[in-house]
Amino acid sequence: MSGTGFAAVTAQVVVVVGGAPLLAGLMRQVRAGMEGRAGAGIGQPWRDMRKLLRKEPITPVGTGPAFRTAPALLVATTAVVAALMPLLSTNTPLSGKADLILVVALLALGTVALALAGLDSGTAFGGMGASREMTVAALVEPTILVAVFAFSIPAGSTNLPAIVAGAVRDPSRLASPAGLLATAALAVAVLAETGRIPVDNPATHLELTMVHEAMVLEYAGPDLALVELGSQMRLTVLLGLLASLFAPWGIATSSSWAALAVALVMFIVKVALLGTVLAAAEVFWAKLRLFRVPELLAGSFLLALLAVTASYFLSGE
Amino acid sequence: MSVIGPALGAASALASAGAAGGLLVPGRGRAAAVGVCTAGAGGASLAAGVAALGGARWSLDLPRLLPLAGVRLAVDPLSGLFMAVAGAVVAAVAVYGIGYTGRSAHGSSSGGASSRGAQAVLPVFALTLVLVPAAASVSTFLVLWEAMALASLLLVLAEHRERASVRTAGVWYAVMTHLGLVLLLIGLALFAARAGGQSFAELRAGADGMSPAVRGVVFVAVAAGFASKAGGVPLHAWLPRAHPEAPSHVSALMSAAMVNLGIYGIVRVGFDLLGGGPLWWWLGLIAVGAVSAVYGILQAAMASDLKRLLAYSTSENMGLVLVGVGAAGLFAASDNRPLAALALAAALLHVVNHSAFKALLFCAAGSVLRATGLRDLDRLGGLRAQMPVTAGLFALGALGAVALPPGNGFISEWLLLQSLIHGLVGPGVSTAIVLPVAVAVLALSAGLAAAVFVKALGVGFFARPRSKQAGSAAESPPTMLAGMGLLAAYCVGLALVPGVLGSGLDRAVSAVGLSGTRALSGGGLQVRLQEVPASLAPLWVVIALTAALAVAAGLPRLIGRRRRRKNARLWDCGGGAPTPRMAYTATSFAEPLQRVFDDVLAPEQDVNVTPLRESAYLVERVRYQRRVPDRIEHRVYEPVLVALGRVGAGARRLASGSVHLYLGYGFFGLVALLLVLAVGW
Repeated sequence: MSGTGFAAVTAQVVVVVGGAPLLAGLMRQVRAGMEGRAGAGIGQPWRDMRKLLRKEPITPVGTGPAFRTAPALLVATTAVVAALMPLLSTNTPLSGKADLILVVALLALGTVALALAGLDSGTAFGGMGASREMTVAALVEPTILVAVFAFSIPAGSTNLPAIVAGAVRDPSRLASPAGLLATAALAVAVLAETGRIPVDNPATHLELTMVHEAMVLEYAGPDLALVELGSQMRLTVLLGLLASLFAPWGIATSSSWAALAVALVMFIVKVALLGTVLAAAEVFWAKLRLFRVPELLAGSFLLALLAVTASYFLSGE
Repeated sequence: MSVIGPALGAASALASAGAAGGLLVPGRGRAAAVGVCTAGAGGASLAAGVAALGGARWSLDLPRLLPLAGVRLAVDPLSGLFMAVAGAVVAAVAVYGIGYTGRSAHGSSSGGASSRGAQAVLPVFALTLVLVPAAASVSTFLVLWEAMALASLLLVLAEHRERASVRTAGVWYAVMTHLGLVLLLIGLALFAARAGGQSFAELRAGADGMSPAVRGVVFVAVAAGFASKAGGVPLHAWLPRAHPEAPSHVSALMSAAMVNLGIYGIVRVGFDLLGGGPLWWWLGLIAVGAVSAVYGILQAAMASDLKRLLAYSTSENMGLVLVGVGAAGLFAASDNRPLAALALAAALLHVVNHSAFKALLFCAAGSVLRATGLRDLDRLGGLRAQMPVTAGLFALGALGAVALPPGNGFISEWLLLQSLIHGLVGPGVSTAIVLPVAVAVLALSAGLAAAVFVKALGVGFFARPRSKQAGSAAESPPTMLAGMGLLAAYCVGLALVPGVLGSGLDRAVSAVGLSGTRALSGGGLQVRLQEVPASLAPLWVVIALTAALAVAAGLPRLIGRRRRRKNARLWDCGGGAPTPRMAYTATSFAEPLQRVFDDVLAPEQDVNVTPLRESAYLVERVRYQRRVPDRIEHRVYEPVLVALGRVGAGARRLASGSVHLYLGYGFFGLVALLLVLAVGW
């Protein structure tokens, strides 16, 4: 527990922070390849970040403390989530505290901080982005929590390592209708939460379609670097969560160094695979109209609700 | 003899002194005298409540004080919890009230609130808030309950000279609170008649002998009466009217202490006196709670009046508490007592948390109102710069209200979610359907609450001022800040070390018969549940977040070459200097949500086109209006009011002024009566 546990937590945070830009680069590269473009290379987000970090920090006149602290808070909440989640090992010093509800709430805290920053700038765009983001976030929350509910029924706990360790021991849980439905619901919620294509287009700079980008328009330099890093980390962490919940194989449940190394490789492969699939899918999908998004989320909410009832009626006897 | 008796005695004496001071002390000193006395009374009752939570019990029988029935008081840990909450809120709000009702900056907000009458009633109201949970017989309870309602009604009306809307709010509040009283009177009188005695001990003993039908009638009547006090939909209509129109320190007391007593009543009667009941009681309670939660927070999302928004949020939070209480009853009815205790503990903890952050939010809103004379979020903005302390405290309260991690609201909602999630192990199809929906309702209301408080904080306090008053606001006087600081300390304490409440909550839960709980333990630093595998360490979350924040904020500075931040113009997509008129208002912020929930909210829109007189094709003026009325009020209350009005108008024709006609009425009335008697009733 002691040595490997701490190593696992450190590795999780380091892999998420260091790998998130690479994941974004990979996804852009996949997209470029499928669209017949050359692409900028997988390392481009890192190069962008280095450039941004070297620029001078700028405070737009009329903004306040909320605007200045939001980027760091976004990164901080996601880093804490990365430390809490069983991405590499279910046997870490933090595993007793890794509650799924807490994880969801911490991610929501980052969203709220950024929305407040958007309003703080006092521009029409900032307000628009904040308003849309909070609308989507408010609708995603029930889906995520009900899906969590469905996952936690077989484990008898909302503790993430317990859920994941249980699934490793008993893989039939995953193939059950409840598990599949909950995963589908959670996948849609992850798309919405990270602002990916059917809900929001991360590459857009068209006013009418912007959600996330509109909130962060006023950021520049190191602040922008943090905002970018934060959203990339969120994507990584949430894809990691999906991978841990639905394909938990490879995650270390013991405290051996070899298991940890295997887990590290498996985690990178799984998340890279999920990212590639998502990027490939995004090439074929179109962004939904903003007011069609609630229909999508309502659909995924229904899936989650079905998952809960299914798991009750199928396992209850 | 415990400390409870002397403490309550001191509270009564101080409150009386405060009332006398309010009537007699002239001018400047009045607010201070009343505030100090009321704060003392609050402190004393806090001490009494804490002692009761610690396990002390106390009772008092004064058979001569009221004719026929006498007065009977008793304090157990459940009463102690509500007494402590009310006392703590009263103490802080009284300090706040000194500044709030003292000399005002704009003169607009504190004319009526500083009048002799209002000042004298405030300590009385505070005292009734504390004493209602101590009542131990039906007559005592109803007398104290009515005294509380009347005192609060007088306080709601304090500013009736300044705004006409206060009077309508007063009428609504008076009618609704008395309808609630009638329901309580019916329920409790029936209960007392069937149980053969009116002290709580006799009721408790006689409850088992009652037929299920009578028990059901008693519960429904009493729960409806109490739910209306707690702002449960559809009996919430008074809440969004009375809370905004009352002086802010009174709104804080009403929202943070008075509505709690509705919950107290349901817990006391449902669990303690009736000893639990069948499934349908609790399913009904969960339904009412769920509807209140979602409907309340949706209306809050649409509201652009800051205090109205907070009032609707109270309705939401009380709805969540009702869901918790209902779930507790549900689990108890299906014999899952540890989980029932957990759900009830979660509900009670949410009551405590809600009181702390809602009092703070109302006080901060009062500061804004006092400094600007505005409650309309669309015209506020930019207060962060002029009123930094108030803005910071509002942000702290909002953090509690959005139920996100470092805030205190998160802990109780987490507990509530845990109890609901683990409830599914119990048998019954109804639980299998109700619990997931309840979880979804909790999550939806939490999500919407985040949007609501982002709106309140972001539009009201951030960005640039949208009106002259907001631009020239000044920070509140020190007493107001001190009162709010005390409330903020409660919030922070509850957020960081909720475990200190653990044993007290346990005692309060076991006081209603859910024994052997130990739902919350693990000392001050950690919340670890005994019955279900779950734990939460709020303090560690805060430490981890702070450390991560320090690293995330610090590293870029180390890497970057230039350390100093430079000021620059807002970019705004190159649009040039944005004016405050371009910024998002509360109404525009809520528009997407309103569209999403179109079917529920049923907004009304009106386009009036006035053409020029010469030509129908040239338009002189287009007026677009969009309102989101309270739909339940619209559909449920208005028809009743219209029907009553029609009956009244019809009845007017009966009294035409003709004496002959009146004699005729008398004659026919007598004949009818005699006929009835002769036929043999």
